[in-house]
Amino acid sequence: MEQLIRFTLNGKQEEITIDPTLTLMWVLRDQFDLTGTKYGCGAAVCGACTVLIDNEAIRSCIVPVSEVDKLEVVTIEGLSSNGQLHPLQQAFVEKDALQCGYCTPGMIMNAYGLLLNNPEPTRQEVIEGMEGNLCRCGAHIRIIEAIQSAGRVMQKGQKS
Amino acid sequence: MKRKKRTTKQRLADPKSSFEVKRRDFFKLLGGGIFVYFSTRNPSDLLALPLAQRREVPTDFNAFLRIDEDGTVHCHTGKIEMGQGPITSLPQQMADELDVAIESIKMVMGDTLLCPYDMGTWGSVTTRIFSDHWRAAGAEARAVLLELGSEYLEIPVKDLQVKKGIISSLSNPKKQVSYGELAKGKRIERFMEVKPDVKDHTQFHYVGQPMLRTDSNLKVTGAAEYTGDIKLPGMVYARIVRPPSHQVKLKSVDYSEAEKMDGVQVVRDGELMAVLHELPDVAEQALSLVKAEYTTDEMEVDDKSIFEYLLNVPADSREIESEGDLATGEQEADHIIEGEYHDGYKAHATIEPHVALAHWEGDKVTVWASAQSPFFMAQEETAKELGLELENIRVIAPFLGGGFGGKIYNPQVVEAVKLARLAKKPVMVAYTREEEFFMDYFRYATVIAIKSGVTREGKMTLWEFNQYHAGPRGSDTLYHVPHIKRTQFSDKEGGPPVHPVLVGAWRAPHANSNTFARESQIDIMAARVGADPVQFRLDNLTDEKMIKVVEALRDKFGYTPAAGPSGRGYGMALGTDAGTWVAVMVEVKVDKKTGKVQPIRAVVSQDMGMCVNPQGTRLQAEGCVTMGLGYALSEDVEFKGGEVITENFDTYLLPLFDVVPEVIDTVILDRQDQPPQGGGEPAIICMGGAIANAIFDACGARLYQMPMTPERVLDGIRLAKE
Repeated sequence: MEQLIRFTLNGKQEEITIDPTLTLMWVLRDQFDLTGTKYGCGAAVCGACTVLIDNEAIRSCIVPVSEVDKLEVVTIEGLSSNGQLHPLQQAFVEKDALQCGYCTPGMIMNAYGLLLNNPEPTRQEVIEGMEGNLCRCGAHIRIIEAIQSAGRVMQKGQKS
Repeated sequence: MKRKKRTTKQRLADPKSSFEVKRRDFFKLLGGGIFVYFSTRNPSDLLALPLAQRREVPTDFNAFLRIDEDGTVHCHTGKIEMGQGPITSLPQQMADELDVAIESIKMVMGDTLLCPYDMGTWGSVTTRIFSDHWRAAGAEARAVLLELGSEYLEIPVKDLQVKKGIISSLSNPKKQVSYGELAKGKRIERFMEVKPDVKDHTQFHYVGQPMLRTDSNLKVTGAAEYTGDIKLPGMVYARIVRPPSHQVKLKSVDYSEAEKMDGVQVVRDGELMAVLHELPDVAEQALSLVKAEYTTDEMEVDDKSIFEYLLNVPADSREIESEGDLATGEQEADHIIEGEYHDGYKAHATIEPHVALAHWEGDKVTVWASAQSPFFMAQEETAKELGLELENIRVIAPFLGGGFGGKIYNPQVVEAVKLARLAKKPVMVAYTREEEFFMDYFRYATVIAIKSGVTREGKMTLWEFNQYHAGPRGSDTLYHVPHIKRTQFSDKEGGPPVHPVLVGAWRAPHANSNTFARESQIDIMAARVGADPVQFRLDNLTDEKMIKVVEALRDKFGYTPAAGPSGRGYGMALGTDAGTWVAVMVEVKVDKKTGKVQPIRAVVSQDMGMCVNPQGTRLQAEGCVTMGLGYALSEDVEFKGGEVITENFDTYLLPLFDVVPEVIDTVILDRQDQPPQGGGEPAIICMGGAIANAIFDACGARLYQMPMTPERVLDGIRLAKE
């Protein structure tokens, strides 16, 4: 049975009438063409599909779309504004913190969730916060650096 | 720069030739502009050759480029970008040879229609082999453009210079014309009969300079397009009915329940059966309703018994290397050491699984695919399997979410093409993670048995190396030993395949297992004679290149000699791969209570000849260290017969953030005057050996099996005490 679902997606009010059991990840990709959210494992063990739901980093591959009714969803496409990269995205570019780039949106969204809770994490806190995100190319040490660096930039931006 | 005397020849297109018609199609596809064709081998135009001939010599000229009116240089290559950086390093080289700004280069990659034939992106061949052709292309194009500029400006070539795509008079730089202006309104084909030299390393502007990746902006915003991101009107997702094992046959199938689902289409082509739906969730539900019965898997072998099985299964043997006489080597030794090394199956485990989207239009099909080999495997396999003309299959490889050899094999392409033909609509085959583990061509499980001899002074006398059912790559003895025999055991001719699961190329095929075995054995000998393991290596090496690589490693690491186990947790391994001489040293901590191994730091030292992009090289070396920690410490495939039990990342343990050392340093020996060699694979081959030796150095436990899990480390510690 289809159901009307209203939610905020990347700052915009959206509504869709759809089978509520469908997976959020596929709905974002297929119905909203937000393909930055990637399939990696389908079991919430790799992090490639991470999005923010009410400011919390969530694996969208195991979330039924009904769960986001009345909530706020941010995907990688919603992170930059007016063509300006978000400090996290900028840090990933400057630190060369990626290779194939397939895990990158999930990494950035998970890191974003982490920084919202802990704006200036220690190296160890980044490691613990990112444990659920897999990268096969082995960009880990650069990803840690990028997240810490972005945290500092974001803090500075807030203070100024 | 020296340039050979050269002549040019202009050719007019013959409109009557069918090849020319094809060529005009290409022009139409590519738009206007100046077209430069060139060939290193002969003056024939690559695109004018019949398709079959274009494939005859895959190392033949392999790239072409097109210069727009605005000076944009479109470079076309059959290479693909799976993360290892040719999208940055190929433009660096082309910009230098052409004398254009790197920003003006736009890459067109991995499209069988728009790009010249290419075998595939693997084996670190992009830089060490392909770039010869690529650079020669740039050099030749520059020479042709200079000729055209000379005619346009009415100034002899010798009085001209090129900077950032602008040809100008040496004496009066105001007299100038750009590459783009030369193209205006013209379509000219030329080639150099005598090819000009490529540039000398002292003339490079971009090559040798560290450059950040050029695809990052697309990748951090989610805009980068991977195969699964492509949408076509009316497209459906396929979920394919898979057997539970590679060793069973289909007995019966009932998909009537699935067919009853709204909007679900079931298609079957012999063994290939799939359910289709526009929503992947619904296709998945439909698949769960398919009832298929299979024969029983009779194979008993599993991940525990595989090593005994590999040692005993009937096999053919082949001598790889033979020097001196083994009996003499044994006599000359004071210590004889026998080691048997085990390595289980490893998955490629790219985060992007295999994906293909097939779209038929009439008798032509276009397939977007996560393929490392769009021509060689994807297109040719499809032609073979479906009996199609190569010309009627266009394969396009967008960005790949990792490859490592796993995406050389493209069964998903054939599947998508077949299903789309039956369904009469575009079909997306996107493997689930479970499917990916089942369909993966794993790194070979293998046993390596080594018998070696050493004198009490620490000189190696004997090396007998038996490799079972993987391959000899990376098993070169490397050390100076007078009495050597290396033997490869493999499938008995005419017999059934030995491996119960699919096996294939995995980042530096076989070299990871072979290097683990050799470098462990070396360390055991060093410890037996009470020698420092680094000095022991240097004392037994005669290869000057390797000695320099090891010395650079030792110095960067700040290593001081000590016989193992020193308690410091230092371990090294060395090897050669893809033309590169490499050595890695790691420091680990071993928790003697839990057996957990914590890498602290790693140093990579490599002689890779000319380094095109030092930044890219560091990324690859760091990636090799990190990925290598996975196979060394935690990755293992559980299976029984042809059934792959490991299905997802909860049991297939990739290295997590906490495993990765805080520091990975890379020393690139300055060899800019040498030809470039591989950088994508070499460092990874050392990781098993370096970690095993570091564990021994930390706690005295000698591990003979990868992955070196906490349980195995604890077993090793127990054995060391006995």
